[in-house]
Amino acid sequence: MARAVSTRRKIGFTVAAWVVALLIFFPILYTIITSFKSETEAIAGFSLVPSGTLESYAEVQAQSNYFKFFLNSVVIAVGSTILALLIAIPAAWSMAFSPTKRTKDILMWMLSTKMMPAVAVLVPIYLIFRDANLLDTRIGLTVMLMLINLPIVVWMLYTYFREIPGEILEAARMDGATLWGEIVHVLTPMAVPGIASTMLLNIILAWNEAFWTIRLTTTNAAPLTAFIASFSSPQGLFWAKLSAASTLAIAPILIMGWFSQRQLVRGLTFGAVK
Amino acid sequence: MATRQTSSLARLMMAPSVILLFIWMIVPLAMTLWFSFQNYNLLNPANVSFAGLFNYKFFYTDPAFFQSIWNTLVLVVGVLLITVVGGIALALLLDQPMFGQGIVRILVISPFFVMPPVAALVWKNMIMHPGYGVFADIAKFFGAQPVDWFAQYPLFSIIIIVAWQWLPFATLILLTALQSLDGEQKEAAEMDGAGFVSRFIYLTIPHISRAITVVILIQTIFLLGVYAEILVTTNGGPGYASTNLPFLIYRTALLGYDVGGASAGGIIAVILANIVAFFLMRAVGKNLDK
Repeated sequence: MARAVSTRRKIGFTVAAWVVALLIFFPILYTIITSFKSETEAIAGFSLVPSGTLESYAEVQAQSNYFKFFLNSVVIAVGSTILALLIAIPAAWSMAFSPTKRTKDILMWMLSTKMMPAVAVLVPIYLIFRDANLLDTRIGLTVMLMLINLPIVVWMLYTYFREIPGEILEAARMDGATLWGEIVHVLTPMAVPGIASTMLLNIILAWNEAFWTIRLTTTNAAPLTAFIASFSSPQGLFWAKLSAASTLAIAPILIMGWFSQRQLVRGLTFGAVK
Repeated sequence: MATRQTSSLARLMMAPSVILLFIWMIVPLAMTLWFSFQNYNLLNPANVSFAGLFNYKFFYTDPAFFQSIWNTLVLVVGVLLITVVGGIALALLLDQPMFGQGIVRILVISPFFVMPPVAALVWKNMIMHPGYGVFADIAKFFGAQPVDWFAQYPLFSIIIIVAWQWLPFATLILLTALQSLDGEQKEAAEMDGAGFVSRFIYLTIPHISRAITVVILIQTIFLLGVYAEILVTTNGGPGYASTNLPFLIYRTALLGYDVGGASAGGIIAVILANIVAFFLMRAVGKNLDK
């Protein structure tokens, strides 16, 4: 009896949750569907069944050299993340394993740099980039995104490293492990999952960053954010083409995001919610 | 027991991060502050002079300034209301037993991974377009006149788009907080005959109140800087109807070439963000002590 009621409840919740989830997902779903339509189909009224043509994808690549923007996104997102990791790992490491009474202040100060609104430094950054010939270069943008995400990277790594028990280190030392042995055989295996999660989240953040990537590039180093934003002044109807370009721009990151959603909470709340 | 050697090693390991972030924070901000007191136009770069408080006065007396501050606040508060209330409701729903919970979670979290220009353009063209959008199709189906969202309700339309992007974030964090609620406590309350409403008010809300605070603070930081969504939809218009402070500064700086004026606006933006940051740091700092 009670079992039947709870199954009915479960079915009720299932239906409600699926309806809400599909509504929220709908704009993405509809974009993917429209990307497989022809332009005339796309504006012919509401339809969830595309003809399955790939002409929009072919046209996006042919007309706008889509692959170049995609490559810029990859280089900038991955490059800035690796650069940030190289700088942040030693810092987070020392803060987690040999904390001083100032460690907390330094962490809080790093977080505070993240609070600075981007527009407040738009003018000086723009002028510095102009004078250093960094405007519209991959290097310039990579350094920029590295700086923006560095506080988050340090923070995430710190929260992961702090969970590695210190006793293990002591045990290794007792057994006569050298510092190098300690790092290679004991700490690295335990730190790798945290580093991987941090890397994943930061590639996502860098990939989607849409202020500096749009303002500091024009053509050569422009990533997908700038490419898509250039669609905002339409010449005629282009729904299917826009959908194809959008699908290509979000697909890789959407898939990465699905895998990293559990780490997301920790990374974006600076460990305040676990 | 850190020896002197290891503590100097620790300092060395921290140095690159600290020095980089220090330069990144101080140099541009000092430049902005300096420019904000100068007459400096990029169209006339040879003619730079001390302006005193003129740029601030210029910004202050510009009617667009107050409208943009107001729009910034409406945008932040509007999105917060939708995402926090919606996020709590969604988190409660997703916390229930159901079939395919993993897939539902993935569908709900997805908008967060969509880059802002894509989100804004998809909504602008495929959902809210007065001729070909899904909303227009629905209106036509019911025989109603389609709404020209971005012309008639520009700021509201942007709030909808931004709320769609941030609802997953709020939901995910509130759901994580909900799931750490002790199941036994819930059952005990249920046994005692506490209804859904009283359980929600006396058990759930106090338990997730910290997570709600964190959601509000972090979202506020990001929402104060909304830019791409406005750029690709209304471009701040009609008039200044959907111009927020970041967008006004961008207009002043890169469209008006007015370095001094934009810098004064930037300093005002810093002050606004600092008020929020103060509270966020306190919330995060408390957690560090544990």
